[in-house]
Amino acid sequence: MTLSYSVRKFDAVIVGAGGAGLRAAIQLSEAGMKTAVLTKVFPTRSHTVAAQGGVAASLGNSEEDNWRWHMYDTVKGSDWLGDQDAIEFMCKTANECVIELEHYGMPFDRLDNGKIYQRPFGGHMSNFGEKPVRRSCAAADRTGHAMLHAMYQRNVMVNTQFFVEWQALDLVRDAEGEVLGVTAMDMETGEIVVFHAKATIFATGGAGRIYYSSTNAFINTGDGVGMAARAGIPLEDMEFWQFHPTGVAGAGVLITEGVRGEGGILRNSDGERFMERYAPNAKDLASRDVVSRAMVTEINEGRGCGPNKDFVLLDITHLDPATIMKRLPGIHEIGVQFAGVDCLKEPLPVVPTCHYQMGGIPTNYLGQVIVPQGENKAVPVPGFYAAGECACASVHGANRLGTNSLLDLLVFGKSAGETAVKDLKSGMRSHKPLPQDVIDKTLARVDRLNNQKSGADVHETRLTMQRTMQKHAGVFRFKDMLSEGVTKIMEISEQVAQTEIKDKSMVFNTARIEALELDNLIEVAKATIVSANARTESRGAHVRDDAIDCPETPDGRNDKQWLKHSLWYRDGNRLDYKPVQMKPLTVETVELKKRAY
Amino acid sequence: MDEERNARLGRLRWHCRRALLELDLIFQRFWARHGDELDAQTEATLTRLLELEDHDLWALVNGKDSTDDPQLAALVETLRTV
Repeated sequence: MTLSYSVRKFDAVIVGAGGAGLRAAIQLSEAGMKTAVLTKVFPTRSHTVAAQGGVAASLGNSEEDNWRWHMYDTVKGSDWLGDQDAIEFMCKTANECVIELEHYGMPFDRLDNGKIYQRPFGGHMSNFGEKPVRRSCAAADRTGHAMLHAMYQRNVMVNTQFFVEWQALDLVRDAEGEVLGVTAMDMETGEIVVFHAKATIFATGGAGRIYYSSTNAFINTGDGVGMAARAGIPLEDMEFWQFHPTGVAGAGVLITEGVRGEGGILRNSDGERFMERYAPNAKDLASRDVVSRAMVTEINEGRGCGPNKDFVLLDITHLDPATIMKRLPGIHEIGVQFAGVDCLKEPLPVVPTCHYQMGGIPTNYLGQVIVPQGENKAVPVPGFYAAGECACASVHGANRLGTNSLLDLLVFGKSAGETAVKDLKSGMRSHKPLPQDVIDKTLARVDRLNNQKSGADVHETRLTMQRTMQKHAGVFRFKDMLSEGVTKIMEISEQVAQTEIKDKSMVFNTARIEALELDNLIEVAKATIVSANARTESRGAHVRDDAIDCPETPDGRNDKQWLKHSLWYRDGNRLDYKPVQMKPLTVETVELKKRAY
Repeated sequence: MDEERNARLGRLRWHCRRALLELDLIFQRFWARHGDELDAQTEATLTRLLELEDHDLWALVNGKDSTDDPQLAALVETLRTV
């Protein structure tokens, strides 16, 4: 072994400084815990910045609202795969978390009476699905960004120690299954440090970059999810990914639904307005899933466009240019920048695009990471907590309700932090001796990159993985494609273990960082495609062509067989399942019914 | 000397990892086309530009906003056409 490392001790180490990580850190530092936050990028450049829609809370500032109605919408949105105890906890705690954030200095939009302004959002309804309600709290179109600023400043005030531009490498989990910290690399020096902690919280965000077409920024490589999988933690419900129908092909940049609202038409390679066949009434304005499915069917049946016939066209050339420029500001620039197309004269190439990861590291509503042990399917892993997109509480189930992502960060970031504080104060956590063999394994993984000869190119291998995931486990799924995809991804996984980097330097070596990120992405890709292949029903965002729509299984959802969470284990590439928590904490169960809007 | 410059450029390249996909894509193209010919002046201007918040930076690149700073404006123009 040629690599060396040093050890630093903290009460708590948090990996990730987006919304969830910052919120958890506030909780720990305020309680006087010595807290380190490791982050790949400066905190206010985390992907939370991209969240514009707002944060859901039933404050009822504009009209009557109730957390029970929010809970109902969330359970329904999840297609009943969400755990109802966690959903109740989230919806009930939302108001308190939003008001706390306001006290941290979050510049929410306001009503004339000074209260937080709330706007309507898709899926937010009053009185158990009766009519739309204004529930989303926002700060103009920069809600996520403003949230990060408010929470970062609060953290500075309470003395959280930030380690900016550090790449986390592996969880340190000993033979008894306890988590003792995390190994990380300082990008600036290449120095490796074991952050020895009594509590370790993962808040590393999603892994949307496993797909070729993704709205996610490049940093979203599922580092926490990959690290958890390598440490023997199963990954929950990884087959569920939210897709948006219209991302620019080859880039992933979102084209707002407003384009179709203004009269944009989807066309195939024959120039046909194909939505007329799939949704004769709504046509191009049909719901997201219907449009996405139609687009994939056209591509799969050979009517896609371009040299690889792998996208369809969004045509607005028949619209008045003045209207486009006025009503759809920014769309022309997006076309020019990311598709090389003047959308006033030519149609835009589009594909369904990955947006959000519903599954992740299994947790309960307290933010504790939980794993099956014998008959008990929810045993907390001592010293390990997770929150945000990397975690699966599970509040989003098979499909996330809009604006619940920012709420998830606040509620479960706080909850994970609070639980960690409680555990630390109880004296049940100590700095147990570090397991040398576990650390050696991580050093060997890093060192391999220094010695690998004739290995696979990182960029090429990542691209092959992304294209395979897009084709075989995209928004609309087919039995044969999925099983073929599993074989392909397992082959790609072998190449990932052999990647080679030309530049071996230790200082800000972005090639090394990308190779390490790929180690994480591939775990997420494997978990996704294996879980999707096994789940033979359609539910929420997981839609299969072979799931039968009949009275017993409406829209292909098979509650008898599949009302359960998937758990994928890296070792043995195997699956286990656990029941959905249908019992809320205090209220009545939201009973199963067909999900219709 | 080369090692020092490599480290500096590595840091700059990493600082081009942003919170918004739009900016990631623009900077990816920028490095592919101009990475080998980055002079000291551009390096300094890019360092300043990367200090901006992501939404403000994207507003400059997509033409919704502008800057009076001639060096930043010239670099933004390069990014717009990269």
